[in-house]
Amino acid sequence: MIEVKEIHKSFGDAHVLKGISASFEKGKTNLIIGQSGSGKTVFLKCLLGLFNQDKGNISYNGKIYSELTDDQKRDLRSEMGMVFQGSALFDSMTILENVMFPLRMFTNLSKGEMEDRADIVLNRVNLVDAHHKFPAEASGGMQKRVAIARAIVNNPKYLFCDEPNSGLDPKTAIVIDNLIQEITDEYQITTVINSHDMNSVMEIGEKIVFLKDGLKAWEGSNETIFKTDNEVVTDFVYSSNLFKKVRKMYLEENS
Amino acid sequence: MSYLHNIGTYFLMIAEMFRKPTKWPVMRTLILKDIDDLIIGSLGIVAFLSFFVGGVVTIQTALNIDNPLIPKYLVGFATRQSIVLEFAPTFMSIIMAGKVGSFITSSIGSMRVTEQIDALEVMGINSLNYLVFPKLVAMMLYPFVISIAMFLGIIGGLAACVYGGFSTLTDYITGIQEGFISFHIIYAFIKTFVFAFILATIPSFHGFYMKGGALEVGKASTTAFVWTSVVIIVVNYFLTDMLLS
Repeated sequence: MIEVKEIHKSFGDAHVLKGISASFEKGKTNLIIGQSGSGKTVFLKCLLGLFNQDKGNISYNGKIYSELTDDQKRDLRSEMGMVFQGSALFDSMTILENVMFPLRMFTNLSKGEMEDRADIVLNRVNLVDAHHKFPAEASGGMQKRVAIARAIVNNPKYLFCDEPNSGLDPKTAIVIDNLIQEITDEYQITTVINSHDMNSVMEIGEKIVFLKDGLKAWEGSNETIFKTDNEVVTDFVYSSNLFKKVRKMYLEENS
Repeated sequence: MSYLHNIGTYFLMIAEMFRKPTKWPVMRTLILKDIDDLIIGSLGIVAFLSFFVGGVVTIQTALNIDNPLIPKYLVGFATRQSIVLEFAPTFMSIIMAGKVGSFITSSIGSMRVTEQIDALEVMGINSLNYLVFPKLVAMMLYPFVISIAMFLGIIGGLAACVYGGFSTLTDYITGIQEGFISFHIIYAFIKTFVFAFILATIPSFHGFYMKGGALEVGKASTTAFVWTSVVIIVVNYFLTDMLLS
């Protein structure tokens, strides 16, 4: 479980995060949503330890990150997996080598054992015959699946995804969403996804945190988001005519 | 102020590079790869340039010695001195700033742009140790490249001298043995080690701390080449003043 208490972050005069508190539960897909410039990426980078917040604290299973020693921080980070927006695969390595990379860095497994483990997770993300391809030879959807495989290969406790669906067609995006949700449930990971894809919100948002102008404007789930009368949320989530109609139908059915 | 900030960041980068070392089996692979990319991959161009520049130095020296009282073996002597003292260690390093330096900046810069460095950091890996340290270790073999440059420069001079009819083989051989001071070789290799450090770290700094996209990677490579060359020339002056004056 990740608990965030009153975190603030500024860059020069720009006060990006203005005191956000939230908790992200184990075994659930937690989504952070909000408009561009609302502070989602800075918030995610604070959770990852890539940015140090100016005020407030973040704890991982009760351990406050800012109070850890450098070695403890490094150990904690080895328990995190991250799926970047652009996948961030190492382009000088094959897909198999990319997936084996965390194992090479943090375990003492033999090469055969690492290959077996990488095989298992590559099969889990439905990549069977791509082991020896380089990232440049793989499609966007395949790259995302490799990034997920790399993120989960070392059995992380925390999985972070930054816009996992960006640049993907709707069908592949749903496949990736479902894959993340299945993995979260199967491995009992605390998953935090940064997204502004409303399909993801509706499909897998077991917990949703809505940010606006550096503040938490709303918190709920993909079920309660239909019922909320918070105008800030409804303006953003139901900005398209399709979603307005879907919401109307849902509310009529459930009234 | 930004220059001072960059100089400070550069020295902090060097200190950080030695912290939290990467596992040896992984580091060994990285070092071998960088030796292949930076050292072995440079041998061809170094050999080619050294041979022909050695020839040009010899021809120009021979053509400028028109006094019959100056012995012909002086052509070999002047060629050796030019190549061992300056051409091989200094000017070859400036050429390498273009080849190796821009390769280092663009490869690390591309990793920055595509979030690969962030991916390393998130995993708890010291990205500076992972990316820059193996390049520094690989560049410690750079004196080997420069000794090849010295050898082929002198051979190029010999070929130009003898086949161009500027002096005899015996005169040239006598010249390259004349007034040999072994400290000049030590001086050249001290410079080479310092230049190797500069060649590995300044381009890495420009790649690692760059911001922006693909266009900025190109700009960072150009800036890295300019600054690496400038630092090599300035350090060359101070080292020469310290070691030979």
